[in-house]
Order: sequence, then C-alpha cells, then structure tokens
Amino acid sequence: MKEKNKKDRVFPELPDRTAMKIGIGITILGLICMAFGIWRGEMAVVFEKAVNICMECIGIG
Amino acid sequence: MDKKKRTNEWGRHRVQILWAFLSNSYLAGFAKGKIYQGKLKNLCVPGLNCYSCPGALGSCPVGAMQAVVGSWNFKLTFYVAGFLMFIGALTGRFVCGWLCPFGLIQDLLHKIPFPKKIGIFPGDRFLRKLKYVIFLVFVILMPMFIVDLLGQGAPYFCKLICPAGTLEGGLPLVLLNKGMRGAIGWLYAWKNVLLVVILVLSVIIYRPFCKYICPLGAVYSLFQPISVFRYRVDQELCTHCGACAKACKMQVDPVKSPNHPECIRCGQCKKVCPTGALDYNVGKFRKYKKKT
Repeated sequence: MKEKNKKDRVFPELPDRTAMKIGIGITILGLICMAFGIWRGEMAVVFEKAVNICMECIGIG
Repeated sequence: MDKKKRTNEWGRHRVQILWAFLSNSYLAGFAKGKIYQGKLKNLCVPGLNCYSCPGALGSCPVGAMQAVVGSWNFKLTFYVAGFLMFIGALTGRFVCGWLCPFGLIQDLLHKIPFPKKIGIFPGDRFLRKLKYVIFLVFVILMPMFIVDLLGQGAPYFCKLICPAGTLEGGLPLVLLNKGMRGAIGWLYAWKNVLLVVILVLSVIIYRPFCKYICPLGAVYSLFQPISVFRYRVDQELCTHCGACAKACKMQVDPVKSPNHPECIRCGQCKKVCPTGALDYNVGKFRKYKKKT
C-alpha cells in the first residue's frame, strides 16, 4: 500500500534549465508586481491591519 | 559517518529556531500584552507567522493577502501576490522546511515518541488537495465576496481556521489582557479545539497542517516545479536503493520527482543518499547547462 502510493506520487519534471529560466522570469515578475502593489498603496492596508490586534486572527472577532 | 549523525535534523531546527526568534523578537510585546506597531510591519515574512503575535516584527503573508483582498478599495493584491511569487519562484517550499515557525512546532512535536506513527493512510492523497481548496475559498473568495455594508471582507482563514494565529496571537494576548479574557466566546473555543487537534495529530502524523491545510504551503507548492532553488538527481550515481524515498516524511520519492510540490526541502533525502546522487543546484547553473 505504502509503496503503491509512493509510486503514484510522480510529478512531471521540466528540464532543469527550462525550469530555472521560468523560475527566474517569475521571480522578476513577482518583484514588478510587488513594486506595482506598493505604488498603488496596498502596503498601507497591510500595515494598518498588522499594527492593530487582529481580533479575527486571535479568535475573538 | 554513522547513520544517526547523517540523519540528524538539528542543524535545520537551529535555523528554524533562529528565524522564529528573529521574526518574533519584540519581547516587550510579551511583557506588556501588546503588539509591535513599527514600520517593519509593512513587510511580509515568508512563513506563516501571525502579525498579532506579541513578538511579531513583520506581517503574515496569508493575513496580509486577506486584508487587501477584503479591503473595500482594492480587491486584488499585487503586493502580496508579487511577494509570494518572488519567494515561491526563488525557493519553492524551502520556506516551509526552514523558515516557518508553525512548521518548527510541528517538527518538534513529531519527535515525541508514539507507538504507531502514521505515514500514508487511505484518503491522504485526497486530503493533500484540501489546502488548495482552503486557499481559494477561505483566503481569496470569502474575503472578496462576503462583505459588510462598507464592502469589507473578514480574513476568514484567520478567523475560522488558522491555528498559528491561535497559538502565537490568541493564547498569549488573552492570557496577558484581562479585557480580552472577558470577550472570548465560541469562536475562541473552536479555534483552540482546532489547535489542539492539529498539535496532537502532529505527534502521530508528520506536519499534518502543512500537508493538508496550509494555504501558504499550497501557494509555494505551485512554484516548486519551476523554482530556482531545486533538487536534481544524478542518474549515473543513483543506485535506486530507495533510501531517499524511505527517509522522506512528506512521502515523496525524490528520484522520480525531485521537485515535487509536496517536498519541503528539508534535505533528509540528500543526507541519506549513500552515493551522493541527490544535490541542490545553487551555484551550479553552468554545470547544468552542460548536463541538460
């Protein structure tokens, strides 16, 4: 049973070079998205939520 | 090197402990029962770390995502999504294995001896998909669409599920604030029950929260197959002895899928490999160019 399940868990692998190129591209895209999000003021929403005790998070709100 | 030394995980645990301390080092918060309110809270930490923990210096990316998605004026978050893309594409689930405080807690609990530890059970494969559903429903759709009169959605994952919030924020803050003790109700009780269930299960099953529930792990796992930091198997050196698959507590076979979405990059497979066929790729891109 254990062996069978492990055999099932095969995930298609991309060639390393291709995967790394895509990975680097998405890393850069992530940085661009972050910069755009900061530019349009999302960081202020995160900050406002994070500096006040989040009642929902702690199970009261 | 003897087997015990080879499979020792305390090197990784030391990094986890150090990171957990660094990202939760506002010690005055624990003394006063308050949280840090400085500028560092603008930034997200890579792991699941409640921003209402009295010691937390940064923001939890899952909480931050719900905050922006549930806000009346944004609904889409480029800042947090970009952060998750950046970390995910760069490291995959390395964060889960090395930098997540709640992962550390589960790791340590799993060291408690128990007569019958469970690896794979019927339904395990199905349950592993649950974290993607939780991410989509509780982190994105519910905060986006279930809104109040002002158009603001609550952080439903934090509110109804997150055991890290209960452990890191709920318990210390309620213990330290008399006012909060008077305000606790069914939700607090529910979250504590869930926390206890997950902590008890962690003794029997390796990282049940990471395997089945964590939305952050779900997001990072999507990037794992293309992450810059990756594992590779040298097929010439591999003897197919199965030692790596046996050592993997996330039940991955690294020879068949070295960059499987469930792998948390703990490195145990690399440690137990008798021929050194498994390796990281960091700094070896040139060597790859020749080989692939």
